[in-house]
Amino acid sequence: MNLFKKRIYIPVNSIKEDTFGSVPIVPDGLWLKCPYCGKTIYRKELGKYNVCPYCGGHLRIGAYERLGLVLDKDAGFIEFDKDMKPLNPLNYPEYEEKNKKFQKSTGLYDAIVTGLGKIVGYDTIICAMDSNYIMGSMGSVVGEKLTRAIEYATLNNLPVIVFTASGGARMQEGILSLMQMAKVSAALAKHSEKSLLYVPVLTDPTTGGVTASFAMLGDIILAEPKATIGFAGRRVIEQTIKQELPEGFQTSEFLLEHGFIDKIVSRPELRDVISKILKIHLKPNYS
Amino acid sequence: MSAFDTVKIARDLKRPTALQFINAIFKDFIELHGDRVFKDDKAIVGGVARLSGSSVTVIGIQKGTGLDENITRNFGSVNPEGYRKALRLMKQAEKFNRPIITFINTQGAFCGIGAEERGQGEAIARNLMEMSSLKTPIISILIGEGGSGGALALAVADRVWMLKNAVYSILSPEGFASILWKDPARAKEAADFMKLTSKDLLELKIIDKIIEEPWEGLDKNLDFTAKILKEQLKIEIKALREKSLNLLLDERYARFRKFGDFSE
Repeated sequence: MNLFKKRIYIPVNSIKEDTFGSVPIVPDGLWLKCPYCGKTIYRKELGKYNVCPYCGGHLRIGAYERLGLVLDKDAGFIEFDKDMKPLNPLNYPEYEEKNKKFQKSTGLYDAIVTGLGKIVGYDTIICAMDSNYIMGSMGSVVGEKLTRAIEYATLNNLPVIVFTASGGARMQEGILSLMQMAKVSAALAKHSEKSLLYVPVLTDPTTGGVTASFAMLGDIILAEPKATIGFAGRRVIEQTIKQELPEGFQTSEFLLEHGFIDKIVSRPELRDVISKILKIHLKPNYS
Repeated sequence: MSAFDTVKIARDLKRPTALQFINAIFKDFIELHGDRVFKDDKAIVGGVARLSGSSVTVIGIQKGTGLDENITRNFGSVNPEGYRKALRLMKQAEKFNRPIITFINTQGAFCGIGAEERGQGEAIARNLMEMSSLKTPIISILIGEGGSGGALALAVADRVWMLKNAVYSILSPEGFASILWKDPARAKEAADFMKLTSKDLLELKIIDKIIEEPWEGLDKNLDFTAKILKEQLKIEIKALREKSLNLLLDERYARFRKFGDFSE
Protein backbone atom coordinates (compact mmCIF):
# COMPACT_ATOMS: atom_id res chain seq x y z
CA MET A 1 0.00 0.00 0.00
CA ASN A 2 1.19 3.46 -0.80
CA LEU A 3 -0.38 4.90 2.29
CA PHE A 4 2.27 7.30 3.40
CA LYS A 5 3.94 8.25 0.18
CA LYS A 6 2.42 11.61 -0.37
CA ARG A 7 4.03 14.05 1.96
CA ILE A 8 4.52 17.69 1.60
CA TYR A 9 7.13 19.38 3.66
CA ILE A 10 6.18 22.84 4.72
CA PRO A 11 7.97 24.93 7.27
CA VAL A 12 5.81 25.80 10.23
CA ASN A 13 6.73 29.45 10.08
CA SER A 14 4.83 29.65 6.80
CA ILE A 15 1.68 29.10 8.83
CA LYS A 16 0.28 32.54 9.20
CA GLU A 17 -0.41 33.18 12.83
CA ASP A 18 -1.91 36.55 12.31
CA THR A 19 -4.64 35.66 9.86
CA PHE A 20 -7.60 36.34 12.07
CA GLY A 21 -11.26 35.87 11.53
CA SER A 22 -11.59 32.31 10.42
CA VAL A 23 -15.22 32.93 11.26
CA PRO A 24 -15.69 36.28 9.63
CA ILE A 25 -18.93 37.36 11.24
CA VAL A 26 -18.29 40.72 9.63
CA PRO A 27 -16.42 39.47 6.57
CA ASP A 28 -13.03 41.06 6.17
CA GLY A 29 -14.10 43.86 8.46
CA LEU A 30 -12.12 45.51 11.17
CA TRP A 31 -14.84 44.79 13.69
CA LEU A 32 -16.73 41.68 14.59
CA LYS A 33 -19.35 40.61 17.06
CA CYS A 34 -18.34 38.10 19.72
CA PRO A 35 -20.60 35.03 19.33
CA TYR A 36 -20.38 34.42 23.09
CA CYS A 37 -21.03 37.83 24.70
CA GLY A 38 -22.31 39.81 21.76
CA LYS A 39 -19.89 42.68 22.29
CA THR A 40 -18.31 44.33 19.29
CA ILE A 41 -14.59 43.58 19.13
CA TYR A 42 -11.89 45.37 17.22
CA ARG A 43 -10.28 42.53 15.31
CA LYS A 44 -6.74 43.26 16.45
CA GLU A 45 -7.88 42.99 20.08
CA LEU A 46 -8.43 39.27 19.57
CA GLY A 47 -4.69 38.67 19.61
CA LYS A 48 -3.03 35.60 18.14
CA TYR A 49 -5.25 33.24 20.14
CA ASN A 50 -8.47 34.67 18.74
CA VAL A 51 -9.98 35.08 22.21
CA CYS A 52 -12.59 37.72 23.03
CA PRO A 53 -10.99 40.38 25.26
CA TYR A 54 -14.30 40.97 27.08
CA CYS A 55 -15.64 37.51 27.91
CA GLY A 56 -12.73 35.17 27.14
CA GLY A 57 -14.83 33.38 24.50
CA HIS A 58 -12.70 31.28 22.19
CA LEU A 59 -13.57 32.22 18.62
CA ARG A 60 -13.13 29.52 15.99
CA ILE A 61 -9.78 29.25 14.23
CA GLY A 62 -8.68 27.46 11.08
CA ALA A 63 -6.62 24.26 10.97
CA TYR A 64 -3.29 25.87 10.05
CA GLU A 65 -3.72 28.65 12.60
CA ARG A 66 -4.34 25.91 15.17
CA LEU A 67 -1.15 24.06 14.23
CA GLY A 68 0.77 27.33 14.41
CA LEU A 69 -0.36 27.81 18.01
CA VAL A 70 0.63 24.34 19.17
CA LEU A 71 3.62 23.11 17.18
CA ASP A 72 7.27 24.03 17.69
CA LYS A 73 8.05 26.94 15.42
CA ASP A 74 11.36 25.89 13.97
CA ALA A 75 10.88 22.13 13.77
CA GLY A 76 8.80 21.86 10.61
CA PHE A 77 5.57 20.01 9.97
CA ILE A 78 5.28 17.09 7.58
CA GLU A 79 1.80 17.28 6.18
CA PHE A 80 0.22 13.97 5.10
CA ASP A 81 -2.11 13.53 2.13
CA LYS A 82 -2.36 17.23 1.43
CA ASP A 83 -3.78 16.63 -2.03
CA MET A 84 -6.55 14.20 -1.10
CA LYS A 85 -9.83 15.52 -2.46
CA PRO A 86 -13.48 14.60 -2.01
CA LEU A 87 -15.51 12.91 -4.75
CA ASN A 88 -19.28 12.70 -5.03
CA PRO A 89 -20.38 9.14 -4.19
CA LEU A 90 -24.12 9.92 -4.07
CA ASN A 91 -24.00 12.21 -7.09
CA TYR A 92 -25.47 14.77 -4.77
CA PRO A 93 -26.41 17.87 -6.78
CA GLU A 94 -23.86 20.67 -6.69
CA TYR A 95 -21.61 18.88 -4.19
CA GLU A 96 -18.60 19.39 -6.46
CA GLU A 97 -19.37 23.09 -6.72
CA LYS A 98 -19.82 23.32 -2.97
CA ASN A 99 -16.43 21.72 -2.42
CA LYS A 100 -14.79 24.02 -4.95
CA LYS A 101 -16.27 27.03 -3.21
CA PHE A 102 -14.95 25.96 0.19
CA GLN A 103 -11.61 24.92 -1.28
CA LYS A 104 -11.25 28.43 -2.58
CA SER A 105 -12.31 30.17 0.62
CA THR A 106 -10.24 28.01 2.99
CA GLY A 107 -7.25 26.96 0.89
CA LEU A 108 -7.92 23.36 2.00
CA TYR A 109 -9.14 20.39 -0.05
CA ASP A 110 -11.33 19.19 2.81
CA ALA A 111 -12.01 19.80 6.49
CA ILE A 112 -8.84 18.44 8.09
CA VAL A 113 -5.07 18.84 8.12
CA THR A 114 -3.02 15.87 9.35
CA GLY A 115 0.68 15.30 9.76
CA LEU A 116 3.77 14.81 11.85
CA GLY A 117 5.12 17.65 13.93
CA LYS A 118 6.94 18.39 17.14
CA ILE A 119 5.59 19.76 20.40
CA VAL A 120 8.43 20.88 22.69
CA GLY A 121 10.60 18.43 20.85
CA TYR A 122 8.29 15.41 21.05
CA ASP A 123 7.36 13.82 17.75
CA THR A 124 3.58 13.80 17.56
CA ILE A 125 0.94 13.00 15.02
CA ILE A 126 -1.26 16.03 15.01
CA CYS A 127 -4.57 16.53 13.21
CA ALA A 128 -6.68 19.68 13.14
CA MET A 129 -10.19 19.91 11.78
CA ASP A 130 -11.39 23.14 10.22
CA SER A 131 -14.97 24.24 10.83
CA ASN A 132 -14.71 26.73 7.98
CA TYR A 133 -14.88 23.85 5.50
CA ILE A 134 -18.54 22.70 5.29
CA MET A 135 -18.77 23.02 9.09
CA GLY A 136 -15.86 20.65 9.56
CA SER A 137 -18.10 17.77 8.56
CA MET A 138 -16.60 14.29 8.22
CA GLY A 139 -16.82 12.61 4.86
CA SER A 140 -14.47 10.15 3.17
CA VAL A 141 -11.46 12.49 3.08
CA VAL A 142 -11.60 13.45 6.75
CA GLY A 143 -12.07 9.78 7.72
CA GLU A 144 -9.30 8.52 5.44
CA LYS A 145 -6.76 11.19 6.43
CA LEU A 146 -7.42 10.61 10.12
CA THR A 147 -7.19 6.83 9.72
CA ARG A 148 -3.89 7.06 7.84
CA ALA A 149 -2.46 9.45 10.42
CA ILE A 150 -3.50 7.13 13.27
CA GLU A 151 -2.11 4.08 11.42
CA TYR A 152 1.18 5.94 10.90
CA ALA A 153 1.27 6.67 14.64
CA THR A 154 0.56 3.02 15.48
CA LEU A 155 3.33 1.85 13.15
CA ASN A 156 5.84 4.37 14.49
CA ASN A 157 4.86 4.36 18.17
CA LEU A 158 3.73 7.96 18.23
CA PRO A 159 1.06 9.78 20.22
CA VAL A 160 -1.92 11.28 18.41
CA ILE A 161 -3.43 14.70 19.12
CA VAL A 162 -6.66 15.60 17.29
CA PHE A 163 -8.33 19.00 17.45
CA THR A 164 -11.98 18.39 16.69
CA ALA A 165 -14.17 21.08 15.13
CA SER A 166 -17.08 19.52 13.34
CA GLY A 167 -20.82 19.51 12.95
CA GLY A 168 -20.69 15.72 12.48
CA ALA A 169 -20.89 13.33 9.56
CA ARG A 170 -21.15 14.90 6.11
CA MET A 171 -24.66 14.34 4.79
CA GLN A 172 -23.70 14.74 1.12
CA GLU A 173 -21.60 11.56 1.20
CA GLY A 174 -24.39 9.59 2.88
CA ILE A 175 -23.66 6.17 4.34
CA LEU A 176 -19.95 6.44 3.47
CA SER A 177 -19.66 9.26 5.99
CA LEU A 178 -21.30 7.05 8.61
CA MET A 179 -18.76 4.32 7.88
CA GLN A 180 -15.90 6.73 8.61
CA MET A 181 -16.99 6.68 12.27
CA ALA A 182 -16.36 2.93 12.43
CA LYS A 183 -13.16 3.16 10.38
CA VAL A 184 -11.50 5.83 12.53
CA SER A 185 -12.65 4.18 15.79
CA ALA A 186 -11.17 0.85 14.65
CA ALA A 187 -7.85 2.55 13.85
CA LEU A 188 -7.87 4.08 17.34
CA ALA A 189 -8.47 0.64 18.87
CA LYS A 190 -5.28 -0.64 17.20
CA HIS A 191 -3.37 2.44 18.36
CA SER A 192 -4.62 1.92 21.90
CA GLU A 193 -3.69 -1.77 21.89
CA LYS A 194 -0.06 -0.70 21.51
CA SER A 195 -0.35 1.41 24.69
CA LEU A 196 -0.02 4.62 22.73
CA LEU A 197 -1.46 7.94 23.81
CA TYR A 198 -4.42 9.60 22.13
CA VAL A 199 -5.62 13.04 23.20
CA PRO A 200 -8.56 14.67 21.44
CA VAL A 201 -8.97 18.38 22.11
CA LEU A 202 -12.61 19.34 21.62
CA THR A 203 -13.18 22.79 20.21
CA ASP A 204 -16.29 24.64 19.13
CA PRO A 205 -18.28 22.90 17.67
CA THR A 206 -17.93 19.14 18.24
CA THR A 207 -21.20 17.35 17.55
CA GLY A 208 -22.93 14.41 15.87
CA GLY A 209 -20.88 11.62 14.37
CA VAL A 210 -17.58 13.12 15.49
CA THR A 211 -18.72 13.18 19.12
CA ALA A 212 -20.05 9.64 18.62
CA SER A 213 -16.66 8.39 17.47
CA PHE A 214 -13.10 9.70 17.85
CA ALA A 215 -13.90 12.79 19.98
CA MET A 216 -14.98 10.61 22.91
CA LEU A 217 -12.32 7.91 22.64
CA GLY A 218 -9.32 9.72 24.12
CA ASP A 219 -7.15 8.47 26.94
CA ILE A 220 -7.31 12.05 28.11
CA ILE A 221 -9.98 14.36 26.66
CA LEU A 222 -9.39 18.11 26.73
CA ALA A 223 -11.75 20.86 25.65
CA GLU A 224 -11.62 24.58 25.09
CA PRO A 225 -13.89 26.71 27.29
CA LYS A 226 -17.55 27.21 26.34
CA ALA A 227 -17.33 25.03 23.23
CA THR A 228 -20.55 23.40 22.04
CA ILE A 229 -20.09 19.65 22.44
CA GLY A 230 -22.85 17.09 22.10
CA PHE A 231 -24.36 14.27 20.11
CA ALA A 232 -27.73 15.57 18.88
CA GLY A 233 -28.28 19.13 17.72
CA ARG A 234 -30.21 21.50 19.97
CA ARG A 235 -33.02 21.90 17.47
CA VAL A 236 -33.47 18.15 17.10
CA ILE A 237 -33.63 17.65 20.85
CA GLU A 238 -36.12 20.48 21.31
CA GLN A 239 -38.32 19.02 18.57
CA THR A 240 -38.09 15.53 20.11
CA ILE A 241 -38.87 16.45 23.71
CA LYS A 242 -40.96 19.58 23.04
CA GLN A 243 -39.28 21.66 25.71
CA GLU A 244 -36.55 24.26 25.86
CA LEU A 245 -33.07 23.25 26.82
CA PRO A 246 -31.43 24.46 30.02
CA GLU A 247 -28.78 27.17 30.07
CA GLY A 248 -25.29 25.88 29.44
CA PHE A 249 -26.55 22.59 27.95
CA GLN A 250 -23.96 20.84 25.73
CA THR A 251 -21.04 23.08 26.63
CA SER A 252 -17.54 22.02 27.67
CA GLU A 253 -18.50 22.92 31.24
CA PHE A 254 -21.61 20.72 31.01
CA LEU A 255 -19.51 17.77 29.81
CA LEU A 256 -16.94 18.28 32.54
CA GLU A 257 -19.73 18.37 35.13
CA HIS A 258 -21.18 15.10 33.80
CA GLY A 259 -17.84 13.34 33.69
CA PHE A 260 -17.23 13.08 29.95
CA ILE A 261 -14.09 15.18 29.59
CA ASP A 262 -10.98 15.43 31.73
CA LYS A 263 -10.10 19.08 31.65
CA ILE A 264 -11.01 22.44 30.16
CA VAL A 265 -7.95 24.31 28.95
CA SER A 266 -7.87 27.83 27.58
CA ARG A 267 -6.19 28.32 24.24
CA PRO A 268 -3.11 30.18 25.50
CA GLU A 269 -2.40 27.32 27.94
CA LEU A 270 -3.02 24.44 25.55
CA ARG A 271 0.50 23.99 24.22
CA ASP A 272 1.88 23.85 27.74
CA VAL A 273 -0.73 21.36 29.01
CA ILE A 274 -0.34 19.12 25.95
CA SER A 275 3.44 19.11 26.27
CA LYS A 276 3.19 18.07 29.92
CA ILE A 277 0.81 15.25 29.03
CA LEU A 278 3.17 14.10 26.27
CA LYS A 279 6.10 14.15 28.67
CA ILE A 280 4.23 12.10 31.28
CA HIS A 281 3.46 9.48 28.63
CA LEU A 282 6.97 9.15 27.22
CA LYS A 283 7.98 5.53 27.01
CA PRO A 284 10.59 4.95 29.70
CA ASN A 285 13.99 4.05 28.36
CA TYR A 286 15.33 1.27 30.57
CA SER A 287 18.36 0.45 28.49
CA MET B 1 -41.13 0.98 -6.13
CA SER B 2 -39.40 4.13 -4.92
CA ALA B 3 -36.77 4.20 -2.17
CA PHE B 4 -39.29 5.92 0.07
CA ASP B 5 -41.75 3.05 -0.43
CA THR B 6 -39.09 0.80 1.04
CA VAL B 7 -38.69 3.23 3.94
CA LYS B 8 -42.43 2.90 4.58
CA ILE B 9 -42.23 -0.91 4.57
CA ALA B 10 -39.21 -0.82 6.89
CA ARG B 11 -41.17 1.36 9.31
CA ASP B 12 -44.47 -0.48 9.09
CA LEU B 13 -45.91 -0.93 12.57
CA LYS B 14 -46.78 -4.52 11.71
CA ARG B 15 -43.21 -5.39 10.73
CA PRO B 16 -41.81 -8.09 13.03
CA THR B 17 -39.59 -6.83 15.84
CA ALA B 18 -36.20 -8.02 17.02
CA LEU B 19 -37.77 -10.20 19.73
CA GLN B 20 -40.03 -11.87 17.18
CA PHE B 21 -37.00 -12.74 15.07
CA ILE B 22 -35.07 -13.94 18.10
CA ASN B 23 -37.91 -16.20 19.19
CA ALA B 24 -38.38 -17.54 15.67
CA ILE B 25 -34.70 -18.36 15.11
CA PHE B 26 -33.18 -19.36 18.45
CA LYS B 27 -33.93 -21.82 21.21
CA ASP B 28 -33.70 -21.34 24.98
CA PHE B 29 -33.42 -17.55 24.78
CA ILE B 30 -32.83 -16.10 28.24
CA GLU B 31 -33.12 -12.34 28.33
CA LEU B 32 -30.54 -10.54 30.47
CA HIS B 33 -31.03 -7.04 31.74
CA GLY B 34 -29.26 -3.84 32.67
CA ASP B 35 -26.04 -1.97 32.02
CA ARG B 36 -24.84 -2.34 35.67
CA VAL B 37 -24.41 1.44 35.81
CA PHE B 38 -27.71 3.22 35.44
CA LYS B 39 -30.70 1.17 34.33
CA ASP B 40 -32.24 -1.36 31.99
CA ASP B 41 -32.98 0.32 28.67
CA LYS B 42 -35.96 -1.52 27.22
CA ALA B 43 -35.16 -0.35 23.70
CA ILE B 44 -32.39 -2.95 23.78
CA VAL B 45 -33.10 -6.63 24.32
CA GLY B 46 -30.32 -9.10 24.72
CA GLY B 47 -29.34 -12.38 26.21
CA VAL B 48 -28.06 -15.86 25.62
CA ALA B 49 -29.58 -18.52 23.41
CA ARG B 50 -28.92 -21.68 21.44
CA LEU B 51 -28.67 -22.04 17.70
CA SER B 52 -28.56 -25.62 16.43
CA GLY B 53 -26.49 -26.91 19.28
CA SER B 54 -24.17 -23.96 19.80
CA SER B 55 -24.41 -21.11 22.27
CA VAL B 56 -24.75 -17.55 21.07
CA THR B 57 -25.34 -14.05 22.42
CA VAL B 58 -28.18 -12.19 20.75
CA ILE B 59 -28.88 -8.47 21.01
CA GLY B 60 -31.63 -6.49 19.34
CA ILE B 61 -33.01 -3.00 19.15
CA GLN B 62 -36.64 -3.49 20.04
CA LYS B 63 -39.54 -1.48 18.72
CA GLY B 64 -43.01 -2.11 20.09
CA THR B 65 -45.78 -4.10 18.43
CA GLY B 66 -48.37 -1.54 19.53
CA LEU B 67 -48.50 1.89 21.11
CA ASP B 68 -48.17 0.67 24.70
CA GLU B 69 -45.13 -1.43 23.95
CA ASN B 70 -43.70 1.32 21.79
CA ILE B 71 -43.82 3.71 24.73
CA THR B 72 -42.05 1.14 26.90
CA ARG B 73 -39.50 0.55 24.15
CA ASN B 74 -39.10 4.28 23.44
CA PHE B 75 -40.04 3.49 19.80
CA GLY B 76 -36.72 1.69 19.41
CA SER B 77 -34.67 4.79 20.16
CA VAL B 78 -31.83 3.69 22.39
CA ASN B 79 -30.40 5.69 25.28
CA PRO B 80 -26.74 5.52 26.33
CA GLU B 81 -27.51 2.87 28.94
CA GLY B 82 -28.93 0.69 26.16
CA TYR B 83 -25.68 0.80 24.20
CA ARG B 84 -23.80 0.10 27.43
CA LYS B 85 -26.06 -2.87 28.16
CA ALA B 86 -25.33 -4.17 24.66
CA LEU B 87 -21.60 -3.71 25.20
CA ARG B 88 -21.78 -5.52 28.54
CA LEU B 89 -23.42 -8.48 26.85
CA MET B 90 -20.91 -8.41 24.01
CA LYS B 91 -17.98 -8.45 26.46
CA GLN B 92 -19.69 -11.35 28.19
CA ALA B 93 -19.93 -13.15 24.86
CA GLU B 94 -16.23 -12.52 24.29
CA LYS B 95 -15.39 -14.00 27.68
CA PHE B 96 -17.36 -17.18 26.99
CA ASN B 97 -16.30 -17.29 23.36
CA ARG B 98 -19.85 -17.09 22.02
CA PRO B 99 -20.63 -15.59 18.62
CA ILE B 100 -22.77 -12.45 18.71
CA ILE B 101 -25.78 -11.80 16.52
CA THR B 102 -27.34 -8.33 16.56
CA PHE B 103 -30.74 -7.35 15.14
CA ILE B 104 -30.96 -3.68 14.22
CA ASN B 105 -34.17 -1.69 13.95
CA THR B 106 -34.01 1.95 14.95
CA GLN B 107 -34.70 5.35 13.52
CA GLY B 108 -31.66 6.54 15.45
CA ALA B 109 -30.21 6.93 18.93
CA PHE B 110 -32.51 8.85 21.26
CA CYS B 111 -32.12 12.64 21.30
CA GLY B 112 -32.95 14.06 24.72
CA ILE B 113 -31.56 15.88 27.72
CA GLY B 114 -30.87 12.74 29.73
CA ALA B 115 -29.25 11.03 26.75
CA GLU B 116 -26.82 13.94 26.43
CA GLU B 117 -26.17 14.09 30.18
CA ARG B 118 -25.31 10.42 30.21
CA GLY B 119 -23.08 10.64 27.14
CA GLN B 120 -24.92 9.35 24.08
CA GLY B 121 -21.87 10.19 21.96
CA GLU B 122 -19.49 8.39 24.29
CA ALA B 123 -21.70 5.31 24.48
CA ILE B 124 -21.89 4.95 20.69
CA ALA B 125 -18.18 5.73 20.24
CA ARG B 126 -17.22 3.12 22.82
CA ASN B 127 -19.25 0.45 21.04
CA LEU B 128 -17.65 1.25 17.67
CA MET B 129 -14.16 0.98 19.13
CA GLU B 130 -14.81 -2.13 21.23
CA MET B 131 -16.69 -4.02 18.53
CA SER B 132 -13.88 -3.44 16.06
CA SER B 133 -11.58 -5.59 18.17
CA LEU B 134 -13.93 -7.89 20.05
CA LYS B 135 -12.43 -11.38 20.05
CA THR B 136 -15.45 -13.32 18.90
CA PRO B 137 -17.43 -13.46 15.63
CA ILE B 138 -20.14 -10.82 15.16
CA ILE B 139 -22.97 -10.90 12.63
CA SER B 140 -25.31 -7.91 12.36
CA ILE B 141 -28.68 -8.02 10.65
CA LEU B 142 -30.62 -4.92 9.69
CA ILE B 143 -34.26 -5.96 9.98
CA GLY B 144 -36.14 -2.65 9.63
CA GLU B 145 -34.81 0.85 9.99
CA GLY B 146 -31.08 1.39 10.39
CA GLY B 147 -30.66 5.02 11.27
CA SER B 148 -27.37 6.77 11.86
CA GLY B 149 -24.79 6.15 14.60
CA GLY B 150 -27.56 4.61 16.66
CA ALA B 151 -27.66 1.67 14.22
CA LEU B 152 -23.91 1.56 13.51
CA ALA B 153 -23.28 1.19 17.26
CA LEU B 154 -24.46 -2.43 16.90
CA ALA B 155 -23.22 -3.03 13.35
CA VAL B 156 -19.41 -3.09 13.48
CA ALA B 157 -19.41 -6.75 12.56
CA ASP B 158 -17.68 -9.44 10.53
CA ARG B 159 -20.81 -9.80 8.42
CA VAL B 160 -23.54 -7.24 7.93
CA TRP B 161 -26.75 -8.57 6.41
CA MET B 162 -29.89 -6.77 5.51
CA LEU B 163 -33.46 -7.84 5.00
CA LYS B 164 -34.62 -7.02 1.51
CA ASN B 165 -36.95 -4.22 2.61
CA ALA B 166 -34.85 -2.83 5.44
CA VAL B 167 -33.11 0.53 5.09
CA TYR B 168 -29.76 1.77 6.42
CA SER B 169 -28.60 5.36 6.22
CA ILE B 170 -26.63 8.19 7.75
CA LEU B 171 -29.86 9.73 9.04
CA SER B 172 -33.59 9.34 8.49
CA PRO B 173 -34.69 10.81 5.14
CA GLU B 174 -36.61 13.45 7.13
CA GLY B 175 -33.46 14.40 9.03
CA PHE B 176 -31.40 14.45 5.85
CA ALA B 177 -33.92 16.74 4.12
CA SER B 178 -34.15 18.89 7.20
CA ILE B 179 -30.38 19.42 7.42
CA LEU B 180 -29.67 19.88 3.73
CA TRP B 181 -32.84 21.58 2.52
CA LYS B 182 -34.34 22.83 5.79
CA ASP B 183 -37.49 20.97 4.81
CA PRO B 184 -38.31 17.56 6.34
CA ALA B 185 -41.30 17.28 3.98
CA ARG B 186 -38.87 16.52 1.15
CA ALA B 187 -38.04 13.15 2.72
CA LYS B 188 -39.18 11.22 -0.33
CA GLU B 189 -36.77 13.08 -2.55
CA ALA B 190 -34.02 12.62 0.03
CA ALA B 191 -34.59 8.87 0.11
CA ASP B 192 -33.93 8.71 -3.64
CA PHE B 193 -30.48 10.23 -3.16
CA MET B 194 -29.39 8.44 -0.05
CA LYS B 195 -28.70 4.92 -1.38
CA LEU B 196 -30.44 3.43 1.63
CA THR B 197 -31.99 0.29 0.13
CA SER B 198 -30.49 -3.18 0.46
CA LYS B 199 -29.78 -3.28 -3.29
CA ASP B 200 -27.86 0.00 -3.24
CA LEU B 201 -25.96 -0.91 -0.10
CA LEU B 202 -24.94 -4.31 -1.48
CA GLU B 203 -23.51 -2.53 -4.51
CA LEU B 204 -21.57 -0.19 -2.23
CA LYS B 205 -20.41 -3.27 -0.26
CA ILE B 206 -21.73 -1.69 2.95
CA ILE B 207 -23.63 -4.94 3.45
CA ASP B 208 -22.57 -8.47 2.54
CA LYS B 209 -25.87 -10.16 1.86
CA ILE B 210 -29.54 -9.49 1.22
CA ILE B 211 -32.01 -11.75 3.03
CA GLU B 212 -35.19 -12.38 1.07
CA GLU B 213 -38.63 -11.53 2.38
CA PRO B 214 -41.86 -13.36 1.49
CA TRP B 215 -43.97 -11.86 -1.30
CA GLU B 216 -47.01 -11.66 0.96
CA GLY B 217 -45.23 -9.51 3.51
CA LEU B 218 -42.94 -10.25 6.43
CA ASP B 219 -45.71 -9.76 9.00
CA LYS B 220 -47.75 -12.50 7.33
CA ASN B 221 -44.97 -15.02 6.98
CA LEU B 222 -42.10 -14.38 9.36
CA ASP B 223 -41.15 -18.06 9.23
CA PHE B 224 -40.08 -17.70 5.60
CA THR B 225 -37.32 -15.22 6.47
CA ALA B 226 -36.54 -16.68 9.89
CA LYS B 227 -35.82 -20.03 8.24
CA ILE B 228 -33.39 -18.47 5.77
CA LEU B 229 -31.69 -16.55 8.55
CA LYS B 230 -31.36 -19.63 10.71
CA GLU B 231 -29.72 -21.59 7.91
CA GLN B 232 -27.44 -18.75 6.87
CA LEU B 233 -26.40 -18.03 10.46
CA LYS B 234 -25.48 -21.66 11.02
CA ILE B 235 -23.28 -21.70 7.91
CA GLU B 236 -21.69 -18.32 8.53
CA ILE B 237 -20.96 -18.87 12.21
CA LYS B 238 -19.27 -22.14 11.35
CA ALA B 239 -17.17 -20.40 8.68
CA LEU B 240 -16.20 -17.53 10.99
CA ARG B 241 -15.36 -19.97 13.78
CA GLU B 242 -12.91 -21.75 11.51
CA LYS B 243 -10.82 -18.61 11.03
CA SER B 244 -7.98 -17.89 13.41
CA LEU B 245 -8.66 -14.99 15.75
CA ASN B 246 -6.01 -12.86 14.04
CA LEU B 247 -7.52 -13.45 10.63
CA LEU B 248 -11.02 -12.74 11.91
CA LEU B 249 -9.94 -9.41 13.40
CA ASP B 250 -7.78 -8.44 10.42
CA GLU B 251 -10.68 -9.07 8.07
CA ARG B 252 -13.08 -7.13 10.29
CA TYR B 253 -10.65 -4.21 10.30
CA ALA B 254 -10.23 -4.39 6.52
CA ARG B 255 -13.99 -4.59 6.04
CA PHE B 256 -14.46 -1.09 7.46
CA ARG B 257 -11.03 0.23 6.46
CA LYS B 258 -11.95 0.18 2.78
CA PHE B 259 -14.91 2.57 2.96
CA GLY B 260 -14.38 5.96 1.40
CA ASP B 261 -14.52 7.71 -1.93
CA PHE B 262 -11.78 10.23 -2.63
CA SER B 263 -9.09 11.13 -5.13
CA GLU B 264 -5.39 11.81 -4.61
